[in-house]
Amino acid sequence: MKLVLVGISHHVAPVELRERVAVPLDQAAELSRRLAGETGEAACLSTCNRTELYVVDGAEAEARAVEVLAEVAGLSEEELHPVLYRLTDEAAALHLFRVAAGLDSMVPGEGEILGQVRAAYEAAERGPTLDRLFRQALHAGKKVRNETAIGESPSSVSSAAAALAEQLFGDLAGRRTLVIGGGEMGELAVRNLGSRGAEIALVASRTVDRAVLMQELEHADVVVSSTSSAETILHRDDVERVMQARRGRPLFLIDIAVPRDLDPAIHELEGCYLYDIDDLEAVVAEGLAGRRREASRAEAIVAEEAEQFRAWQASREVVPAIASLRARAEEIRAGELARARGRLSESERLAVESITSQIVNKLLHLPTVRLKEAAAGADGSTYADAVTHLFGLGEDADPPRLAGK
Amino acid sequence: MAELLFWPALLAYGEAAVAYFGNARRPGRAGLLGTWGVRLGWLAQTALLGFQATRADGFPWDTWAGSLNLFVWLVVGGYLIWGCRARYRLLGLTVMPLVVGLLVLARIGGGTAAGTHSHYSNLFLVAHVGFVLAAFAGFTLAAGLSALYLWQERRLKRRRAGGVLGRAPSLASLEALAGRTIVFALPALTVGIVAGFVRLREKGGGVDALMVVTLLTWALYAGFVLLRYEAGWRGRRAAYLALAGFALVIVVRLGLPLTHFS
Repeated sequence: MKLVLVGISHHVAPVELRERVAVPLDQAAELSRRLAGETGEAACLSTCNRTELYVVDGAEAEARAVEVLAEVAGLSEEELHPVLYRLTDEAAALHLFRVAAGLDSMVPGEGEILGQVRAAYEAAERGPTLDRLFRQALHAGKKVRNETAIGESPSSVSSAAAALAEQLFGDLAGRRTLVIGGGEMGELAVRNLGSRGAEIALVASRTVDRAVLMQELEHADVVVSSTSSAETILHRDDVERVMQARRGRPLFLIDIAVPRDLDPAIHELEGCYLYDIDDLEAVVAEGLAGRRREASRAEAIVAEEAEQFRAWQASREVVPAIASLRARAEEIRAGELARARGRLSESERLAVESITSQIVNKLLHLPTVRLKEAAAGADGSTYADAVTHLFGLGEDADPPRLAGK
Repeated sequence: MAELLFWPALLAYGEAAVAYFGNARRPGRAGLLGTWGVRLGWLAQTALLGFQATRADGFPWDTWAGSLNLFVWLVVGGYLIWGCRARYRLLGLTVMPLVVGLLVLARIGGGTAAGTHSHYSNLFLVAHVGFVLAAFAGFTLAAGLSALYLWQERRLKRRRAGGVLGRAPSLASLEALAGRTIVFALPALTVGIVAGFVRLREKGGGVDALMVVTLLTWALYAGFVLLRYEAGWRGRRAAYLALAGFALVIVVRLGLPLTHFS
């Protein structure tokens, strides 16, 4: 059975096209079932960066997958053709492993993709090939994240702000955030902090009562400022006074406004950490550079996993030959034993049965191992054909009579 | 037998120290190898101490080198409580090379041999040594945590946070853990000092310079606890105070052969 991947992704397809072929999770299961038909296997992986169909079936799998994708997009196959990619077997497996590891993402090592691959796996119409493929892809993704630092650094200004806050405070649950102004970037940062458990204590405009602002500043852990004010909102002296009342509790200030809202001298105060937009962007740039450095290590891990999958898939080529060989041997053994039954007592019959079983197992052990090794080395089908031919497997022949019988 | 247990312990600790260096450069598998090195080394050293205990006549670690062996075991044991977490591997980078160096010193001084004859038969003396060493191990770990705090705080202040984000414990965790370690270690030091004074009274000896430094160490850490938890001393000031205390711990450890061991 051939593994086929047909898909479109951010590498070639614009977002206008990607959104047309996007398949919501609740429809992915239905689509997989339809694509798999009666005997095949199919999975649909749809994220904001890609929609991919994985099919395991006979020769028409690829054509059917293209047809389905065109139908989902509401386009003709010809229109879809320039942005489609088609991969088979090892190349398809390697691709999925790279996707699961975040190596195919816009931001290398992004963390969401692993969950999306898991969701696709759960919604898939699975058989042995896709089951093994997706489980190994999830394993590869986890291994890359555990053994490299590819996913550790923040990839956006808002996530950098939240990561810095976590580096200061640890768990952000219950940490009070004071928001000054309503800029879009500030909102993103606040949302990111909120998703990590921080609570919004006060959203203040730049014209807020100064006394209220100072009072809130005394209790806040994080300040996010993004007003369009031309004036400085918080001066060093303001914060210095507040810090005395805070008894050494640290304060993290994020100034995303341009011109800046917060006096840069605040950063000089002990326990105060002020990061402006340039500082945050520098953190992001450093993080992305680090992710790219780690990507080469991740590629090696993924290639190792893909090789394991290839070896497994190749070993499956010889499984029918091994099974037939064993069945033929068992058939001969059982036949000869049946012929001799009348001449043996019960205890003799048990002894002969045990001995002949051992002989068959010992005789077939080495050929079985060698066949599997040959399969892993890409000679599997040649060896399987040879075994089938030499032992007449699949032919309707009487078992050979032993000499002297 | 002691030989057979000492070398695996030393090799495993050495492997952990090298692996933590590798992990600092490229986080991942090296960190895991480091963690397992610490675990296996500590198990081997535990077996070594157990063997020494069964073969000794009396308290087996009554020499300077022997007490160093026990001290190393206590430091690594304390580190193992939370040091196996991925984010604390940076601390392992400071602790494990020190541990290797001290264990080698202990061996050179004969502190890892078995079948020694002890002069310590008095329970108060054994309690004194045990509790003081346990407290010193705690202070050593607190110093490591404080050093890591200062290094990281400096990076955040210089806005060079890229290297620490997600790879080191948060400043709040380091500060809290250092404080807690000292809070646990201080009572042990108190008991150790009291036991020492009881023994001194029995024996009728006088107070020497090292005892004065030990009392100063106690006073400094007691001051740390008061300032940290009552006066709100936090951040860099608290970390520097913990390091100052550790400097006194080093003085006491280095001074021991001059005053307490012949």
